[in-house]
Amino acid sequence: MAKMTMVQALNLALMQEMEKDDRVIVLGEDVGVDGGVFRVTDGLIEKFGPDRVMDTPLAESGIAGFSIGMAVYGLRPVCEMQFSGFSYYAMHQMEAHAARLRGRSLGRFHVPMVLRCPYGGGVRALEHHSESREAYWAHTPGLKMVIPSTPRNARALLVSAIRDPDPVVFYEPKAVYRAFREEVPEEEEILPIGKSQVVREGRDVTLVSYGASLHPTLEAATRLKEERGVEAEVIDLLTISPLDDDLFTASARKTGRVVIVHEAPRSFGPGAEIMARLMEKSFLYLEAPVRRVTGFDIVIPLFQREMQYLPGANRIVNAVRETLDF
Amino acid sequence: MPRKAIDLPFQVEYLSILDENGQVDRDLEPDLPDSLLLKLHRAMVLGRRFDERMLTLQRQGRIGTFAPIKGQEASQLGAIAVLEPEDWMVPCFREAAAEIWRGKAMEHILMVYAGYNEGGFIPEGVNNLPVSIPVGSQTLHAAGLAYGIKVRGKNQIAMCFFGDGATSEGDFHEAMNFAAVFQVPAVFICQNNHWAISVPRSRQTRSKTLAQKALAYEMPGIAVDGNDVLAVYVAAREAAERARSGNGPTLIETVTYRMSVHTTADDPKRYRTDEEVEEWTRKDPITRFQKYLTDKGLLSEAGIVAVEEEVKAEIKGAEERWARLTEEPVDPLVMFEHAYAELLPHIESQREELRREIEAGKGGDQHG
Repeated sequence: MAKMTMVQALNLALMQEMEKDDRVIVLGEDVGVDGGVFRVTDGLIEKFGPDRVMDTPLAESGIAGFSIGMAVYGLRPVCEMQFSGFSYYAMHQMEAHAARLRGRSLGRFHVPMVLRCPYGGGVRALEHHSESREAYWAHTPGLKMVIPSTPRNARALLVSAIRDPDPVVFYEPKAVYRAFREEVPEEEEILPIGKSQVVREGRDVTLVSYGASLHPTLEAATRLKEERGVEAEVIDLLTISPLDDDLFTASARKTGRVVIVHEAPRSFGPGAEIMARLMEKSFLYLEAPVRRVTGFDIVIPLFQREMQYLPGANRIVNAVRETLDF
Repeated sequence: MPRKAIDLPFQVEYLSILDENGQVDRDLEPDLPDSLLLKLHRAMVLGRRFDERMLTLQRQGRIGTFAPIKGQEASQLGAIAVLEPEDWMVPCFREAAAEIWRGKAMEHILMVYAGYNEGGFIPEGVNNLPVSIPVGSQTLHAAGLAYGIKVRGKNQIAMCFFGDGATSEGDFHEAMNFAAVFQVPAVFICQNNHWAISVPRSRQTRSKTLAQKALAYEMPGIAVDGNDVLAVYVAAREAAERARSGNGPTLIETVTYRMSVHTTADDPKRYRTDEEVEEWTRKDPITRFQKYLTDKGLLSEAGIVAVEEEVKAEIKGAEERWARLTEEPVDPLVMFEHAYAELLPHIESQREELRREIEAGKGGDQHG
């Protein structure tokens, strides 16, 4: 096993899937010669050539719509939106066609494509480069919405997304891209889409998070243990839609207390759906109101203030304390 | 360092072979087999009569909203007729006649407009994408499909239909651009029917023609008389040959007219004059083609009557099959099928929720 950053792990997934399956085609802005602005597609064009690693014109709707046509033809396009902040141009194609062609044609056609988008704050970027708007996609019937949190699960989930017969929107937490390295096996490893994981066991409170926010959540769990002896159970959703509610509702029944952490705006965000599932499946076990530690319902500020906007370990620890003391 | 004109070898042709009086230009007249000419004629008549029948069914409340094709029979059939069976058709929503030509069953078209998703059925081997309603969005699918054809080295092409309004959409621009940059085997048929609901062609663009938009992409563009099935056929055949021989995409503007409503929910009297419609009625694509075929000795008055009788029977047969397909109460739970490759657990549980409500007699929310 080699220690890899998330960027390297995603690159490994693309490299291996393209090797195994000649239907896989990577396309997007600067993904070829430049290797992607984050270098996720580095080295692919040298290995697979420009027909399979396509530098496209600068047009997000075009990239998505073109990918839909390729997918209907039988290819497996993996297209990159350079930043999720520009992916909204592609949203119409994803909503109107990628998500619907299977149903519209009664199963005759399907759209096995992946829309990769670097998302999220914390990298001191320009406007439009820091949003976390996974709820848009998760709210769209016919799409799947996946957000990995570490190099190893990013690689395993991207492989699953490429092989999935339906369109998958794959958000990559760019704050994690190079934040740390993790052992990633060279041999094939896949994680199922639609399954969450318990990444830290505990009995006192359940913390539910995903993507970049998982890391301050884990930091908060460590501090809660050290500072107050609190055993927090941490659940990493990994897939936003379809949402796996088995683990977090079971955990809530065990701990009776839940704090949800995400950097997306609060209202109508994933936390709202998680809370609804808790009401439906764990209501009688809850000892305290479920708390949300999230981005605020405003446009994420420029980077001088983004760390105050993003949910950090302090805010999470405080919310957990209040939940425990309720 | 002078300021000088850049030499751009661009021009846009307008092609007309059979005029509105049925007079043919002998130099341009294509040498088409009699059987193809008669097949085209029959398909045009079928398209017109099916359209009229659907309008009646809509007025009777038996089907919902649909977009009539009246007046655009030559424009779409002349183009689609150049495709081989394994080629791809990417329609918008006003190509019923072309879809039927390509193997779509009329009873399935009726089912769609009667509100049954089952009408989306496209037989295996028929390479038609389903109808695409968001204007212009399907042009990109044609470009992507054609790229698939190209990288797989197949002897196929993709033909895409859209209207004059679509040329204002960003996706149209992106599709033309992608298709040209990647030199894909695609043929783009812009049916300029002069009206995007109430907005005239002149309000969509200042351009003199829609065909000239191709030139910005370094793509051949040609305008044709869209009510002249021979001209449409010739232009489409040229474009198809260009695509098939690896020379990239073409944009064809078929200058035609929407003689009927935008959809059955539309009242054109609010925005256009009877005189304009009357003027285009004189340019009807079917009457001029019938005169041509009659002059050629391929068709007689009796022959036209026979075709009318045949298509009437064919439509009646489709209606009967449609009635049979919908005579049994349709299981509402089929709405949960084909959302994803598998029935996902949360969708399954929602389906069970509806099933229980229906079984308990509480799910009778038929809403009229």
